[in-house]
Amino acid sequence: MAHISITVNGKRHEADVEPRTLLVDFLREHLGLTGTHVGCDTSQCGACTVHLDGRSVKACTVFAVQADGRSVTTIEGMSADGALHPLQEGFREEHGLQCGFCTPGMIMAAADLLQHNPDPSEAEIRHALEGNYCRCTGYHNIVRAVQYAARKMREQATVEA
Amino acid sequence: MITCKTSREIGGMGHPIKRKEDIRFIQGKGRYVDDIKLPGMLHMDIVRSPYAYARIKHIDASEALKIPGVVAVVTGKDLEKYNLHWMPTLMSDTQMVLPTDTVMYQAQEVAAVIATDRYTARDAKEAVRVEYEPMKPVVDPYKALEPDAPVLRTDKEGKTDNHIWHWEVGDREKTEAVFRSADVVVKEHMHIPRIHVVSIETCGCVADYDKVNNHLTMYMTTQAPHAIRTVIALVAGHLGLTEEKIRVISPDIGGGFGGKVPVYPGYVIAIAVSFLTGKPVKWIEDRSENLQADSFARDYHITAEMAATREGKILATRFKVLADHGYTDAAANPSKFPTGLFSIGTGSYDYDTAFMEADAVYTNKPPGGVAYRCSFRVTEAVHAIERLTDSMARALGMDPAEFRMKNFIKKEDFPWKSPTGWTYDSGDYHAGLKKAMEVIGYDDLRREQAEKRKKGELMGIGISTFTEIVGAGPSRDFDILGIKMFDSCEIRVHPTGKAIARFGTKSQGQGHETTYAQIIAEELGIPAEHIQVEEGDTDTAPYGLGTYASRSTPTAGAAAAVAARKLRDKARKIAAYLLEVSEEDLEWEPGKFYVKGAPEKAKTIQDIVFAAYTNHPPGMEAGFEATHYYDPPNLTFPSGAYICVVDIDKETFEIKIRRFVAIDDCGNIINPMVVQGQVHGGLTQGLAPAMYEELIYDEDGNILNGTLMDYLVPTAVESPRWETGHTITPSPHHPIGAKGVGESPTVGAPPAIANAIVDALSVYGITHLDIPITPYKIYEALKAKGVIED
Repeated sequence: MAHISITVNGKRHEADVEPRTLLVDFLREHLGLTGTHVGCDTSQCGACTVHLDGRSVKACTVFAVQADGRSVTTIEGMSADGALHPLQEGFREEHGLQCGFCTPGMIMAAADLLQHNPDPSEAEIRHALEGNYCRCTGYHNIVRAVQYAARKMREQATVEA
Repeated sequence: MITCKTSREIGGMGHPIKRKEDIRFIQGKGRYVDDIKLPGMLHMDIVRSPYAYARIKHIDASEALKIPGVVAVVTGKDLEKYNLHWMPTLMSDTQMVLPTDTVMYQAQEVAAVIATDRYTARDAKEAVRVEYEPMKPVVDPYKALEPDAPVLRTDKEGKTDNHIWHWEVGDREKTEAVFRSADVVVKEHMHIPRIHVVSIETCGCVADYDKVNNHLTMYMTTQAPHAIRTVIALVAGHLGLTEEKIRVISPDIGGGFGGKVPVYPGYVIAIAVSFLTGKPVKWIEDRSENLQADSFARDYHITAEMAATREGKILATRFKVLADHGYTDAAANPSKFPTGLFSIGTGSYDYDTAFMEADAVYTNKPPGGVAYRCSFRVTEAVHAIERLTDSMARALGMDPAEFRMKNFIKKEDFPWKSPTGWTYDSGDYHAGLKKAMEVIGYDDLRREQAEKRKKGELMGIGISTFTEIVGAGPSRDFDILGIKMFDSCEIRVHPTGKAIARFGTKSQGQGHETTYAQIIAEELGIPAEHIQVEEGDTDTAPYGLGTYASRSTPTAGAAAAVAARKLRDKARKIAAYLLEVSEEDLEWEPGKFYVKGAPEKAKTIQDIVFAAYTNHPPGMEAGFEATHYYDPPNLTFPSGAYICVVDIDKETFEIKIRRFVAIDDCGNIINPMVVQGQVHGGLTQGLAPAMYEELIYDEDGNILNGTLMDYLVPTAVESPRWETGHTITPSPHHPIGAKGVGESPTVGAPPAIANAIVDALSVYGITHLDIPITPYKIYEALKAKGVIED
């Protein structure tokens, strides 16, 4: 067993885990944060995407011990203060989800993009989401949802500035 | 143009209201099967066969059982003691749950390991030693029918070959006569390859058997919870698990697409283990298991022929199919339809002569095939007719749009009787294609293409004008294992005028919580936001056959409208009592009854419902509830006109979809936002088999692309920006005139894309390429034509 200390959605968690425990299993099984999903076993689908120190990672490809001493944000942390994140709002407004299984990973991957590129082109959005599969939406409205959020976040940034 | 009869506040049909279910999904608060955690829960993993065909000589679980935390290893011999080692398929075939002596396909379940956590179960699975004696498998369905092919289903008494069934429809002799004398005949051989639904959530369950109360709660990824409850009772009834002791709960489902209709062995094993241990057992398959072992779709080998006059009038079609079902016929069709609704394949065209036949065979491949976002083999049929239509247009030297326009069934000829026996309810095919051609600028594109051809550039335009057949189905013909394919809705309106409605269907992303509420809002005037929709719990919902084959709106949606109308009739009586007028003196407008000529004398639906609990008329039953089981009088026939434009790189043969216009006609629209979303998703699922996806097996029956590393699911990069639109031709027999839309794009897109690619390559004399059409396939075809050298 390995002792780890991980900050998840702003809250510090201490645990003893098997060294081989995947971060996604730690989040889902140990912490009960089931918003992060598992859709494949080869790191293709991206349903498990979370942020590790602010950058998106596939939590099925990171060991919990690798996150020791670091900070993780999951979908549950995106609306922690009660208000929806612009991406969450955008996915609903633009009908960017259907079954909802890929949605948390999709939102986390898109959030990473918008942190680094506040005004992405359609092609840039599509490329940024290449590691996230969706089988329901045909991606069309996911692109629009990200554009919605980008617009809103830029407006908010302008207001704050 | 969509017109709304209700106000935005009521949010009835036609309003693009945001989905209610999204609130939980966008916050990670959906509840899928793998999110369920019960006290004392055990975890199951499955040992699978590395061989496609082998005898099991010995299973040694001793090392596995030594691992701390391992509770049991279950084999077919263990299940045989309880007669649970086999199960019936939905097509009245039989399927092993776990084998007692022989494995019939690679990745077949061989043994189950049960442990206290998932990681330990996986360790134990690796530690189970199985000794096999491999045999030469039968992989090619044509070879399976050869006289010297080994008989695979020796478990079926008296079986002397690998043939499963023969099916035919239409007039063979008349068709042959027409073909003999026709001016022009075209013929194409096509394989619609084996593919997989790849819902992003795999399959799984938590079986929770309570020994004290002899009661099973089964949480599972199923599109048809009620039917599953009945099947469990039929399989396990002899153990005392009768139907009232079984509760099936289908929680949030992460996509189904037909892949979550069948009963997979893992479900049955989990139930058996929970029954024996008295503990909850969770089984969640991983993606590779899902791809390799769960039901495939398609895998039809089709010889398609069309006869026409020199002037371009279609006279007849003839289809011959070889269906590869793998180890057992585990298709999920209505029982009387072994080829599903393949007989819709005469298409959108007006002619009266057709003959279709199909033969099914066993091979050493996983069993199936499911109706993948398709109303039972409609995708295969539409691909055949729409490819064939293009081939005929080309043979005649006619433009494919003009050829279609010339042969479409006319709007005024509906209801139209097809040569294979269907009565198409309504359609306006000319209007659909005309609109698609206008939106995409068809004539300009043809001019551009002619210019490009002069320069040697490869540009193609492909059309697909399909007719779907959905909403199974009328009880005279449609049943599954004898249970008629009606569907149901129960509405309870609470005293304060808010409602809960329950259904026999089960959404897997379609948005029922929103769209069903809109149907009831339309009929009763109660705001959709105050109508809670619930599905998927067999203890609370009325019986129904579930959600697949675009049947929810045609059946349960209709049930919702009829149940709501029953309540409106009751509301009228109560209103008459409250207003002290006769029922005939009342007029309805969404949300209230008022006295004719005196609109100020009115009772809102909320007033009326409150009275149903507080002040109901003497002699009337109190309360405000209704249930309806809707048995559709006919199927519905959605249609569409799709046009695709491709550019193909002359050096690399990379195919780029430049534009894709989809004009759908699904009758009246409940929520245009949801309909458009369904079309987008279906189009990408049509793009997938057209250009990327195929499950490939080698001659030993090994799957060559059994993980998502190798099986190419389109991402946001491959998927183009879709252009959608609609025409509206209401279904004349459906209570709200709706037809269903979920599957049209999956059905209609592949031939539009294939036709565009073949159109581009037709300059080289290519008339057909099997999907998926890849750059390599184009390279091979051009090499075969002598266009390019090695």
